[in-house]
Amino acid sequence: MNILICIKQVPDMESKFKINGEGNWYDRADLAWRMNEYDEYAVEQAVRLKEQVKDADLTVLCIGPDQVTETMKKALAMGCDRGVHIADADSYKREPIEIASMIAGFAKDKNFDVIFTGMQSQDRGSAQVGVMVAELLGIAAVTTIVGFAYDNGTINVKRELEGGSKALVTTTTPVVLTCQLGLNTPRYPTLPNIMKAKKKELLTLAADAGSVGSRQETAAFYFPEKKGGGIVLEGDAAELADKLIHLLKEKTGVLA
Amino acid sequence: MKTLLVAEFREGKLRVKYSQLIAFAQQQGSEASMFLVGSPGDLPQFNGPLYLADVAKYGEYNPSVHKQLLLDVIAKEQPDQIVFHHSSYGWDLAPRIAVALKAAQIAEVVAVEEGLPVVPVCNAKLRRKIKPTTAQTVLTLQAGAFGLEDDPVGTPTVVAIDADAAGKVQCTGYEAAKIEGVDLTKSEIIVSAGRGVGKPENVAMVQALAKALGGEYGASRPVVDAGWVEHNRQVGTTGSTVTPKLYVACGISGAIQHLAGMKKSEFIVAVNTDKDAPIGEVANVLVVADLKQFLPVLTEKLNAL
Ligand SMILES: Cc1cc2nc3c(=O)[nH]c(=O)nc-3n(C[C@H](O)[C@H](O)[C@H](O)COP(=O)(O)OP(=O)(O)OC[C@H]3O[C@@H](n4cnc5c(N)ncnc54)[C@H](O)[C@@H]3O)c2cc1C
Ligand SMILES: Nc1ncnc2c1ncn2[C@@H]1O[C@H](COP(=O)(O)O)[C@@H](O)[C@H]1O
Repeated sequence: MNILICIKQVPDMESKFKINGEGNWYDRADLAWRMNEYDEYAVEQAVRLKEQVKDADLTVLCIGPDQVTETMKKALAMGCDRGVHIADADSYKREPIEIASMIAGFAKDKNFDVIFTGMQSQDRGSAQVGVMVAELLGIAAVTTIVGFAYDNGTINVKRELEGGSKALVTTTTPVVLTCQLGLNTPRYPTLPNIMKAKKKELLTLAADAGSVGSRQETAAFYFPEKKGGGIVLEGDAAELADKLIHLLKEKTGVLA
Repeated sequence: MKTLLVAEFREGKLRVKYSQLIAFAQQQGSEASMFLVGSPGDLPQFNGPLYLADVAKYGEYNPSVHKQLLLDVIAKEQPDQIVFHHSSYGWDLAPRIAVALKAAQIAEVVAVEEGLPVVPVCNAKLRRKIKPTTAQTVLTLQAGAFGLEDDPVGTPTVVAIDADAAGKVQCTGYEAAKIEGVDLTKSEIIVSAGRGVGKPENVAMVQALAKALGGEYGASRPVVDAGWVEHNRQVGTTGSTVTPKLYVACGISGAIQHLAGMKKSEFIVAVNTDKDAPIGEVANVLVVADLKQFLPVLTEKLNAL
């Protein structure tokens, strides 16, 4: 089987964000970076599929500036066979359709049986790229999967719906699957596997962004106005506890 | 301006949140029509044309079939915007429509400011206002961002639609949500554990605080996904929606899907090391502290009362 996994490098969401000079995205300086959480489930599922079918080749693909290769190494250490980095320092500005076109452009003549993506990226959060890749390639897509089983070309997945119910969905390869939280428990790369990953192929390709133009522009990028009104307590734990108990007595009936 | 609203039908029922779509069109002062693969016996309250494909013939969600039905209506109706919920139906179907139309797609719209849609970035820590540069746009609306004051009224003019399409993706059934065990919707005090608890052993601190307050403990999704807390205690869009007198969120960032399940609580306390965590937007009190230090002290003091 030939399998592609698309991953994105995103900042830690607990970071203190600043707005960049162009005023169209967050400033990329001084942030801690990691693999998009949803994509960890995608990588893990691909590795498990390989463990099941044995004969499989896993390509992990990431579009972004050079620093994304650090995150790609984690995917290689988790068990992907090769990495393809599409070098694009402007990737942060690109819309989902542009990213999807770049991925589809890479994938179109490579006959991937399964393409795993995350259901959404944590920073942009558009939940578009995976489905768009499938539509551009003219193949099936199932989104938001929380269960996966493969049997001889048939794929049975569970799609998560609102309120905790699930749709049972059957499809065949080739297919794009977008992975939701809880699909599996992603493994931690072991030290020997981290060492092995250093020797795996990690190819860098130049971005060819010409095929699809932009369909939207950022008109403004800003921090939401703090509606707040809430009380913020800071200080020593014992003091904080006293203050909070006082507030609970004053404003709620729960300690009565 | 013309808006086509895409309503949802699932497991034999019309999904009532279609009123949020109507609210959006009204807020824009836009002429609206609606699309639904549903049942003639379960129609939305809506004054306007309703393009209806009978679910008895087309079945519940099949992406290729619903895409074709919708594209036919778009070709006929020529709407300026096609509006979906940002839901498991909307985020699956909308990108397919956007690709086919070569239209801009703007996901998870939370507001419209000066005529332009606004979306959250980075767990709602930032916002982006977007100007589409295509004539048609495809939008998905964040759950709860738009709403009507009163229940919608009206009777649609039904236009029956048909299409010839088949797809490789087949829905073969549904699995119901598990609901055994504790029912958090009945609890008056809930203390929830988020990923900030760090390790499974620390869930005990949250349980101890819940006990000291005489309430139940709950959790955010990652804590449930990791198996540290059972699923029936999950709060949020894919768990329970709760409205206790007191909700204490410990190490929970405040993602929209969590907020949707608890923001109507009467009094909200958040314990978080990140002063800018989005949970601060709904919290009556934000305690900026490491929960590992703070929770035991608070619990001890409460037990001593
Ligand atoms: C379709 C869909 C449905 C979803 N449904 C749900 C749902 O039903 N319920 C739900 O909860 N989520 C749901 N999610 C996931 C949601 O988007 C978030 O990923 C999740 O809520 C984050 O959980 P968290 O706040 O516990 O973790 P994080 O976002 O990782 O936040 C952890 C927080 O802990 C704080 N922290 C860290 N260490 C400490 C410490 N020592 N002391 C105090 N604070 C600390 C951090 O500052 C941070 O704010 C859903 C997502 C999707 C896409
Ligand atoms: N720059 C990128 N490089 C590779 N894959 C990406 C990139 N951006 C997004 N993706 C993939 O598309 C998914 C959905 O992203 P999004 O549409 O931005 O929410 C992610 O989970 C990734 O799997």
